[in-house]
Amino acid sequence: MSRPPLDLLFNPQGIVVAGASTHPGKFGFVALHNVLAGGFDGPVFATNPDQPSILGVDALESVADIPEGAADLVFVCTPPHTCSEILRSAASRGIGAAFVASGGFREAGSEGARAEKELVQLARSLGMVVAGPNGQGLISNPAKLAAQIVAPIPPPGPIAVASQSGNLVSAFMNYAAQSGVGISRAVSAGNAAMLGVVDYLGWFASDPHTKAMAAYVEGVEDGPAFAAAVKRVAAAKPVVLVKGGTTPRGAQAAASHTGALATDDRIFDGMVRQSGAVRAQTIEEAYDAVAAFATQPLPAGPRTLVLSSAGGWGVIAADALSKSKLELIPLPADLKEAIDGLVPPRWSRSNPIDLAGGESRDTIPEVIDLVADHPEVDAVIYLGMGIQANTASHLRSGPYFEAAELARICEYHERQDSRFAQAAADASARTGKPILAATELGITQPDNAGPATLAAQGSYCFPSADRTVRALHHMWWYARWRKRLLG
Amino acid sequence: MFGVGVLSEFESKQLLARHGVAVSRDKLAHSADEAVAAAVEIGGPVAVKLCGSSLAHKSERGLVRLGLDNSSAVRSAADDLLAAAVEDDGEVALLVSEMVAGYREFIAGVVHTEQFGAALMLGLGGVLAEAVGEAVFRLLPVSEADCKDMIEDLDIPALMAPLRGEPAVDQGALVDSLLGLAQAGGGGGVEAIDVNPLVIRDGLPVAVDALVVTTGS
Repeated sequence: MSRPPLDLLFNPQGIVVAGASTHPGKFGFVALHNVLAGGFDGPVFATNPDQPSILGVDALESVADIPEGAADLVFVCTPPHTCSEILRSAASRGIGAAFVASGGFREAGSEGARAEKELVQLARSLGMVVAGPNGQGLISNPAKLAAQIVAPIPPPGPIAVASQSGNLVSAFMNYAAQSGVGISRAVSAGNAAMLGVVDYLGWFASDPHTKAMAAYVEGVEDGPAFAAAVKRVAAAKPVVLVKGGTTPRGAQAAASHTGALATDDRIFDGMVRQSGAVRAQTIEEAYDAVAAFATQPLPAGPRTLVLSSAGGWGVIAADALSKSKLELIPLPADLKEAIDGLVPPRWSRSNPIDLAGGESRDTIPEVIDLVADHPEVDAVIYLGMGIQANTASHLRSGPYFEAAELARICEYHERQDSRFAQAAADASARTGKPILAATELGITQPDNAGPATLAAQGSYCFPSADRTVRALHHMWWYARWRKRLLG
Repeated sequence: MFGVGVLSEFESKQLLARHGVAVSRDKLAHSADEAVAAAVEIGGPVAVKLCGSSLAHKSERGLVRLGLDNSSAVRSAADDLLAAAVEDDGEVALLVSEMVAGYREFIAGVVHTEQFGAALMLGLGGVLAEAVGEAVFRLLPVSEADCKDMIEDLDIPALMAPLRGEPAVDQGALVDSLLGLAQAGGGGGVEAIDVNPLVIRDGLPVAVDALVVTTGS
């Protein structure tokens, strides 16, 4: 009973779906369906006074009928006026946490706002913690818990998500499902009556299943308190923040130029930087960054080397690097000499390294090792993975696969790309440096041997050179902030 | 410690100077004769401005005369400015200031907001400051590292480097000015501070005009 309150939400011993429904169009059905489909380990209860059983679960008349101590969490799908009674019954059965998915509270007007306030007061007096109301639910993969009224159930992984918008929780989880870099915990804060985004981040900070976290916030009522809380979290793990909504300031301070320039967004931006969180402008950028943090070591410095077997992508990477605080370093002389010994002289002989098709069977893994090992290189961006396997895919589906006996060359191409991806992952593990591989094939052809091998390693295949640079830039920014904090 | 409202430019700069912000050399004068004497003492070309706690936007009203390099110019400017004062301006004086030459102008300040508390600002300054709108903020209290980050976030390396015969901006001195501003604005009694322009002369920042808005407490 003395467990931290958020433990009860994310690691409950048992769960009750209050207001379970037999109607597949109702949240009360979907919630129970998801809990069962997620394979939750502990006992699952459902309440419905009119039905004997739903989805094979015996329905109880009320939460008061749950055996004492059998559950820690009640997931509430019933109308707002019923919530107080459910909380009281839950508390009487030793249930310490509730996720209130029901709407009709603050978002519905002043009466709802009053009901929400009363719900929080009641929860406090009962010693309960309430998530929501008006939230989509939560995912806790280590507990195999999918207590939510929406899809998807994302694969397990190192990323935690807390969001003021439920749909954006789903968006992060959809990216996770697509890329394979999965989710530890995810929660929709809803109206955040009792628990706000920073409360969840605080719990994620000490969650052993979470390596990095993403958060979406709209309003922040108390800036300094928010900043202090985020700073404590960021000192432990990377936090990627997206802020929605830009409220124009009133004319309150317009007497000064400083006041006129002081938009909420500018101040928020400075505050986030002080607190050590990384700010992304879009959910897509945030997912790239949090996936990078969750799967790659932090760079020790800004010195970046680009290795490309896809010329144009190398140029785009160089352009993006030149606009960032990362350094596109001149190619060190000893690296130039070493690569000269491996490929014909038409290669770029500069950074980005473009081997211009001069590579043989082992060149790419050898060059990956050379650049990763070099003491003047802090990070490597590897572009062009998957090209050979894409060719193989084309040959396999073409009209001459059998007649021209193309199986062997296809297998060779696929093996090569698999080796390249493996070489990038191995070199990163060996050197402790980030080696970020990017190709659009991770999206357009996810079973391509390059991206697929990365995914099998738990690595993230970045979708483009420019998005890779942006993610690496966030990593370097955070690494520097951390270094300074820790002295 | 201050009255409610706005401090005059002279009082504002004195307050900032006490917190370590470099300000232009100024003298307060109450007549044309005193203004001429002040200009002689300061030496070189001077600016003469009408100075009072109700005169927040002087340039818009033409109450600033720049580059006066002889006594008769100072005297005639002083006479004009005193004559231009209207009843609403309250008690006014003349502020005689050294001319501070530099291509680069920043704006810096402190603002208090309900949502974020007190925040320090650095931006591109001059008359176009608000139109350009390049400004970065940090919540108070700030560290030296925060101030360095503000300069970096402003992301104008070409303006920080040597420029048209002027040396690079002394970033340590700029950081000191920001820390001084933060100290002046975070200590209570101050609602907002505006320094515009903060001119870079020989690489060093000098507050050429300043406005301090005080709270009622």
